[in-house]
Amino acid sequence: MTAASVLLELRNVACERDERFLFAQLNASFYAGQVVQILGPNGSGKTTLLRILAGISKDFYGDIFWQSQPLNNVAWDYANDSLYLGHLPGIKKSLTPIENLRWYASVQGGVADETLVNALGQVQLAGYENTPCYRLSAGQLRRVALARLAFSRAKVWILDEPFTALDKSGVSELEAHLMAHSANGGLVLVTSHQDINVPDLQVLNLLDFPVDAQSFNRPEDAVYG
Amino acid sequence: MANSSSLFWATFKRDLILAFRHKGDMVNPLVFFLIAITMIPLALGPEKAVLMRIAPGIIWVMALLATLLSLDSLFRSDFDDGSLEQLLIAPYPLTLSVLAKIVVHWLATGLPLTLMAPLLGVMLSLPASAFVALCYSLLLGTAAMSLIGAVGAALTVSLRKGGMLISLIVMPLYIPILIFGASAVQAAALGEAYNMQLAVLGAGLAIALLLAPLAAAGALRVSVNA
Repeated sequence: MTAASVLLELRNVACERDERFLFAQLNASFYAGQVVQILGPNGSGKTTLLRILAGISKDFYGDIFWQSQPLNNVAWDYANDSLYLGHLPGIKKSLTPIENLRWYASVQGGVADETLVNALGQVQLAGYENTPCYRLSAGQLRRVALARLAFSRAKVWILDEPFTALDKSGVSELEAHLMAHSANGGLVLVTSHQDINVPDLQVLNLLDFPVDAQSFNRPEDAVYG
Repeated sequence: MANSSSLFWATFKRDLILAFRHKGDMVNPLVFFLIAITMIPLALGPEKAVLMRIAPGIIWVMALLATLLSLDSLFRSDFDDGSLEQLLIAPYPLTLSVLAKIVVHWLATGLPLTLMAPLLGVMLSLPASAFVALCYSLLLGTAAMSLIGAVGAALTVSLRKGGMLISLIVMPLYIPILIFGASAVQAAALGEAYNMQLAVLGAGLAIALLLAPLAAAGALRVSVNA
């Protein structure tokens, strides 16, 4: 795979919530090796866009292509190749970190426990493997969720506010992780209100795709559902 | 396809561990079942003939209400902590992972209810001849109720106060189960054959097993999307 291959492509994507368009005529191509920060003020649709890209929400207009195939045709491959981390961390508080990770590991067909212990070590949670998650702090919970990145085989990481509750060293560790992923030919789509210190950071500002009420015709025929 | 069975079992194991870590939630419907039935002889008096006549109906109604009590929590915590989204986008049929959750729900509520029922039957002077029918009918009936209830729980998971709505959605579907279940026990108590009722319950369970996980999976996609 060349460094310039397009992984994800959005064509004329628009999203409507409560009879109001969040963004429209959104055209973008995301390449392997990119780290893309999605910007926009609160309520501009960052989370909505990520949920669409993660495949959770099908409530949008326009087309999305994964490796130049329509997303609906390759949904299974895409599910295998993408990792979504929402602002809800998806961590069960009554389980221990290792039990949580074991469930996520099973999604990709199972991973040896040592790999999971290593992953927890990478997010500075060595020694917490068997502590119930309700005893952990908010930042540590976020780290448990981020440990998934260490053993994931996904090409696309879709991260919604992953820096929330992380301390300074956690932020720089995560930035290093994102860089390493893009250097390996991965793609990172991330929202954050903080500045991200990654060289060649790409930016997608949702305010660049406003809705022009006069010119915009609702693409009725392109409804996904 | 090692991958095909593993998320089913992973979800099954995880939910089983969670059920045992939240013993309070698991015991709640059982305690309701026990207390409600214990109160019947206290309120009606210990007259054996009266209790014997109402026992099948009472046990079945209470088992149904106890199941109804436990439904709201089926997908609630997954929805609140974000693991439901993860289940939705996992490269794995949602129908099967939902089925894993339903099986655990039944193991944690329906099965203990079934095992407790003969004990409560003694309390209500149910004739010994009806115990087998009671266990069989509850075994089939509670499994069908867990399956059907999951559809209601999936439809209401995104609503803050879904409890009342679940009852309204699910109750009409529970009524045939209640009628045939109670009637099987009644027939056994009178020494009559109850094969027909069990067969109907079994058929209901088969249909629910086939359709309910599909419907629940679809409902979850709609609920999480909203």
